[in-house]
Amino acid sequence: MEKFQWQIAQVKAITQETPRVKTFTLQLPQWIAHVAGQHYDLRLTAEDGYQAERSYSIASPPEQTGEIDLTVELIDEGEVSSYLHEGIAVGDPLEVRGPIGGYFVWKDNMANTPLLLIAGGSGVVPLMAMLRHRARIGATNPTILLFSVRTAEETIYGQELRQLADEATGFTLLLTYTRQVPQAWTGYQRRIDRAMLTEVLNQFTDKPNCFVCGPTQLVEQVANTLVDLDLPTDTIRTERFGPTGA
Amino acid sequence: MASFFNKGFGRKRESLSSDRIPPGQYETYDFPVLTAGPTPRIPLTTWSFALEGLVEAPIQWSWEQFNALPKQSFTTDIHCVTKWSKLDTHWEGVSIETLLEHVDLKPEVRYVMAYSYGDYTTNIPLDDLRLGKAFIGINFEGKPLAPEHGGPARLVVPHLYFWKSAKWIKGLRFMESDKPGFWERGGYSMYGDPWKEQRYRTDD
Repeated sequence: MEKFQWQIAQVKAITQETPRVKTFTLQLPQWIAHVAGQHYDLRLTAEDGYQAERSYSIASPPEQTGEIDLTVELIDEGEVSSYLHEGIAVGDPLEVRGPIGGYFVWKDNMANTPLLLIAGGSGVVPLMAMLRHRARIGATNPTILLFSVRTAEETIYGQELRQLADEATGFTLLLTYTRQVPQAWTGYQRRIDRAMLTEVLNQFTDKPNCFVCGPTQLVEQVANTLVDLDLPTDTIRTERFGPTGA
Repeated sequence: MASFFNKGFGRKRESLSSDRIPPGQYETYDFPVLTAGPTPRIPLTTWSFALEGLVEAPIQWSWEQFNALPKQSFTTDIHCVTKWSKLDTHWEGVSIETLLEHVDLKPEVRYVMAYSYGDYTTNIPLDDLRLGKAFIGINFEGKPLAPEHGGPARLVVPHLYFWKSAKWIKGLRFMESDKPGFWERGGYSMYGDPWKEQRYRTDD
């Protein structure tokens, strides 16, 4: 078994993804190839010894060797996310351990099966690692990302996702805007519901592997509806993601 | 003073209950949901709960029979391995000790595999379920336990990380030796003591 040892990473780059979301590229002295969907634990230590720990999904693909991207949403009152957003600069050290998690992962033996990814907000992060890895290995399995966002401005990885939709074989991006719809938008503009999931599933000829990640309510409702729509429960993997005072 | 520390980082919220929060945890006031897959739907008419494995005679209760067992109230702190802790949660349910009055365990029993609807499993030493340390919770904060939190019934073992408190509990299987359950097979701790921060197998 791999040992999850704490190591001190160095912040190599910080990317502002949306007004409240930043990606931290961390250079790791002991980098281990991860599986898309896994996370790292991150630990902050105060000078008096007080520590706070959180888990963050890896956004980068395992092909990006020697470093990981952690995408972090700023949470109101969140003592870890606010320090990362406001107190961390390029060159700073950060203590992490990982990669961790063996269930919410897209393994290479799934690369020939259709794939349905469903995200709400920052729940897109582990799914992005899957899409990036999928593009790097040249998989051509039919793949859809159904991504619920409040506004265009808050669409994490928006530009890269549109580019992947243009370039990656078999990949379709379906955005739905729940709060503010961009001008001339003709796509979905409501919360994910049964009718939407039915339409999306109809685009597959074979049953897909499903990964659902987002706020509790979205994950619960989507996973329950997918079961209603006759997908086997063991093909639906879920992960809650988002504000819990983090 | 810590040998490594993050400049400018400090405790943001002084918690009055900080001595009740294990290392690496933070206090939350909502009740997060963590599940690997969809929430199983379990009609009460077909629900059952069993004690089996190394017992003289296995036993199974229907929902009606189970609810006729003596219930107790429990006020307890819970600690999830994903770092949140929730203090003073109020439960009503049946103590495992009460259930054990209905079976004769074989003397070699040391471990228990809790198993659930939806095929979730988790392993716990027998001693950690005894003497009122654990119960089957059916009401939470005065209401029937919601399906996303494990209703109709979940195992509650408050002194271990909360993944040991199997949602949608279906039964307990008594065993002689320890075997890993669902998350344990994936590298999580065999025991899961939050005060020793036994999150992963390599922390054991």
